[in-house]
Amino acid sequence: MPLSDDQKLRYQRNILIPGFGEEAQAKLAAARVAIVGLGGLGSPAAFYLAAAGVGELGLFDPDIVELSNLQRQVLHATPDLGRPKAVSAAETIARLNPEVRTTTAQLRLAEANAREALDGYDVVVEATDNFAAKFLLNDVCLDLGKPLAVAGILSLSGQAQFIVPGAVPCLRCAVADVPEGVPTTSEEGVLGAVPGILGSIEALEVIRWIVGLWRPRADGTGALHSVDGETMRLNTLRVRRRPTCRCARLWSTP
Amino acid sequence: MKVVINSEERDVQDGLTVQTLLESLKLRPEATVVERNQAIVDRADYPTTRLTDGDTLELVRFVGGG
Repeated sequence: MPLSDDQKLRYQRNILIPGFGEEAQAKLAAARVAIVGLGGLGSPAAFYLAAAGVGELGLFDPDIVELSNLQRQVLHATPDLGRPKAVSAAETIARLNPEVRTTTAQLRLAEANAREALDGYDVVVEATDNFAAKFLLNDVCLDLGKPLAVAGILSLSGQAQFIVPGAVPCLRCAVADVPEGVPTTSEEGVLGAVPGILGSIEALEVIRWIVGLWRPRADGTGALHSVDGETMRLNTLRVRRRPTCRCARLWSTP
Repeated sequence: MKVVINSEERDVQDGLTVQTLLESLKLRPEATVVERNQAIVDRADYPTTRLTDGDTLELVRFVGGG
């Protein structure tokens, strides 16, 4: 469908980006993105995906907005205290860009329901607050063949990967399994700007993939982006395919 | 021998493994991603991967909040 005059104005700065144009905007409008977790990472991811004009966002979070969330979870505001995050997020997005269709689910994704919940989406943003869910979504998205942006944050640091099954090494290629004994943000805190950066990286990767800017690397490696706010080092580590990884069955080349 | 860790040159003892390096830095091996000379080291290989003079290492704490 051609863009309306209002859409040409709303998305003018997208369309002007070299390599984008109205064609990329149409791809964004046709895309369906699931965001799992609407906290520190999910907030910037949802904001930027909605503002960019992604057609449909699936908003998943089982929790309600609490006062201690508000220093980083910028989708939600003080009047939202006690309300479901999924509902608060959908309202914030509707104010920003009413063209975006939202589906809300006050749901914790687990082994039993994740495949069905994510089935209708083109790409998934992992923005949960625990390792178990990150590894579960990695495995589910491998099974479903869906690209996944995955990230983690704590105190002043964080990391992010974008995984395309069969084309990019998965989360388990970088770290084989859930590490034990890592503190959580309820123990070691987190500064809001840190998930602000990592959630924005997730949104950027997803947009790159939707509009067709994303390309696999010739050597088959992936990237693990890391941000350390203590030393202010931003770095990209090279992730190789691990031959014993569960994603290895998806590789078409050795 | 000299190795570079997160862009800083350091003197470390010859024959150090990734595992013993992390322990000496008080980093939890199971929660630290180690890139050695532009390739991430498999966690299972930390105890047997010996550093050599001139290695470049990136150590990243792997975190799970959201």
